[in-house]
Amino acid sequence: MSSEEASMTDTTDTHEQETAQQGAISDFGIDTTSQSTGEAVRDYWARVRGGELGSLPALLGLVVLLIVFSSLSDTFFTLGNLANLLQQGASITIIAMGLVFVLLLGEIDLSAGTASGVTAAVMALHLIHNGNLLGGMGDTVFYVFCGLLVLAIVLGAVMKVWAGVALSAVALVIAGVGIPANAWLEMLLAVCVGAAIGTITGFLVAKVGIPSFVVTLAFFLVWGGVVLQLIGQGGTLGLRDDTIFNVANGNLNFVGSWALFVIAVGGYAAIVLTRHFSRLRKGLVAQPTSLVLGKIGALAVLAAVITYALSLNRAPSDLIVIEGVPYVVPLVLVLLVVGTFVLDRTSYGRHIYAVGGNKEAARRAGINVERIRMSVFVIASAAAAIGAIVYSSKVGSVDPNAGGGNTLLLSVGAAVIGGTSLFGGKGRLRDAVIGGAVLAIIQNGMGLLRQPAAVVFIVTGLVLLLAASVDALSRRRAATAAR
Amino acid sequence: MSEPILELRGINKSFGPVHVLHDIDLDVQPGEVTALVGDNGAGKSTLVKCIAGIHPTDSGEVLFNGEPVHIKGPRDAAELGIEVVYQDLALADNLDIVQNMFLGRERTKGGLLDETDMEQAARKTLASLSVRTVKSVRTQVSSLSGGQRQTVAIAKAVLWNSKVVLLDEPTAALGVAQTRQVLDLVRRLAEQGLGVVLISHNMNDVFEVADKIACLYLGRMAAVVSTKDVTHGQVVELITAGRSGDLGIARPEAATI
Repeated sequence: MSSEEASMTDTTDTHEQETAQQGAISDFGIDTTSQSTGEAVRDYWARVRGGELGSLPALLGLVVLLIVFSSLSDTFFTLGNLANLLQQGASITIIAMGLVFVLLLGEIDLSAGTASGVTAAVMALHLIHNGNLLGGMGDTVFYVFCGLLVLAIVLGAVMKVWAGVALSAVALVIAGVGIPANAWLEMLLAVCVGAAIGTITGFLVAKVGIPSFVVTLAFFLVWGGVVLQLIGQGGTLGLRDDTIFNVANGNLNFVGSWALFVIAVGGYAAIVLTRHFSRLRKGLVAQPTSLVLGKIGALAVLAAVITYALSLNRAPSDLIVIEGVPYVVPLVLVLLVVGTFVLDRTSYGRHIYAVGGNKEAARRAGINVERIRMSVFVIASAAAAIGAIVYSSKVGSVDPNAGGGNTLLLSVGAAVIGGTSLFGGKGRLRDAVIGGAVLAIIQNGMGLLRQPAAVVFIVTGLVLLLAASVDALSRRRAATAAR
Repeated sequence: MSEPILELRGINKSFGPVHVLHDIDLDVQPGEVTALVGDNGAGKSTLVKCIAGIHPTDSGEVLFNGEPVHIKGPRDAAELGIEVVYQDLALADNLDIVQNMFLGRERTKGGLLDETDMEQAARKTLASLSVRTVKSVRTQVSSLSGGQRQTVAIAKAVLWNSKVVLLDEPTAALGVAQTRQVLDLVRRLAEQGLGVVLISHNMNDVFEVADKIACLYLGRMAAVVSTKDVTHGQVVELITAGRSGDLGIARPEAATI
């Protein structure tokens, strides 16, 4: 779903429009950029050379990794493993997508991993104790839990972050009413608890003014302890529920898989073409029509190949049948589309970029900077909760180490490897998806090559370092090219 | 002479124990450039920020079009039609020209940003100011030169059918040619009937574009004079000593509280 050039070269024109535009251009003295496909490509190349790399390095890395592991391992490039790869990488990718919002402001959320663990534990407790959280947590813990939800509601209301208020309130209701176990309800509860956690974090960062690094470092420890408290030392909460199990392990059926293909490609084409022709109609510079159609075509072919491959039977034995697109694919796609839509097409998204680029400019433009800063933590923690649902579903249980260990670091790594800048103001949601894919391939491929954990860690770390260097160098290049 | 569009009456402002502005009176006429001059620390930028609603005033009255108004924040000022172009530009580097010009006041259609509409409006505004130095309105601000940034910042102020534009040292960091562009632009704003307040340290700039010079001295309004009635030397004396002959504060001692 790469529209890499869409954002890069939308200041180009078409041949058909050239004559119509000529008059306007000489009047305005602006927007006199390239007109043909060739010039559009050259324009894009010039931007890349100027330091606007976007997710290009990560995409190249992805291709290299695919080739390397396919040649080194017989099992890597099999349908079974590729589908498995998608399911393994999904949780990190989803948490990374939430973190992109935080990183866009130049902030960091170190607590996303353990916070996701808390949401997973609450979800599992609700399921196991059939909705009786009071019984599952014990009196004291339950009342503290409810107290924190109320606190989140109050803090959210003070800052007018209504999404945080609403979701925290839903969590409080679910916790208080004690509705019997229902997989959908539990997943909703997890997301709501995540939002409540984010509301508290966001308030401390945005209103109280503690650096996000410190607040979330503290919460990283706190939530790690809370998970331990909720589950108990050495315990494990099993998630015996088909719906929850299917989130990360189930697949769409044949019809569903191709319906997803039609919706995804059709939707993409509809959005891109509507925008394209509306720009042409209004006499604004647009990409060449042939280039736009070519991109849609390329995406359609790629998506069709993937859908076809995934709808073949990939079971290792003849006794069972595993086929269809994994549920995590539409899940990640929906989150990606909705999130990208929010960032690119709403005022809220625009304000996030503005605050990340120049906080003072945003404040003077009348943007409520504190509210924006608080809200991104709500989004990050809620996304972390969705990630928690996926990884808990994958292993079928929640243990005291849920969301601990490398979860957070890999998520931040995924966002950064994809091209999100840690300095704020630069990054897109698809960066998280591409970066998540890179990390998933490294972990999966190294595992297949039977490399010890030591090597996997070292390689992952070096890839992250490489990505951060590319970001820093391209930034320097962009800074010098600008003058 | 027409009615002033913006009138300040007895503005006072303190930061803690520091009394920065003492009983400032100032009239801004539409179609005129009023230069606001004064030494470093005289309170020029503070006065602008008070008008823009960034700092609340301690006492005093602001009249807009003859009506008393209360400006509590940047949004209130913007709604009245008061726009400020800041010394440090206040543009977001990672956004393009259109996005910056509409920052905080994006046009939406059905809840979504109406990009094409904003782009057309931005181009129209830049064209009306005869801005020809920008290659594309979709250029990122980070890749613009200082003069181009200043142009964008000023165009942003004009976009909103504003009545009063306050410019805080728009030419401070610019080269000769770029200063020329910006001064032309300032003159054009006044010709379009806006009230323009220009803060500047550069006497040449002031005498070139201003109709009226308001001189701040240690937080007091030393004198408001017509440009054609004074010389460079008199203005410099007003800036450094607060008085020049008959002009300015009667007894300099009174100003050193």
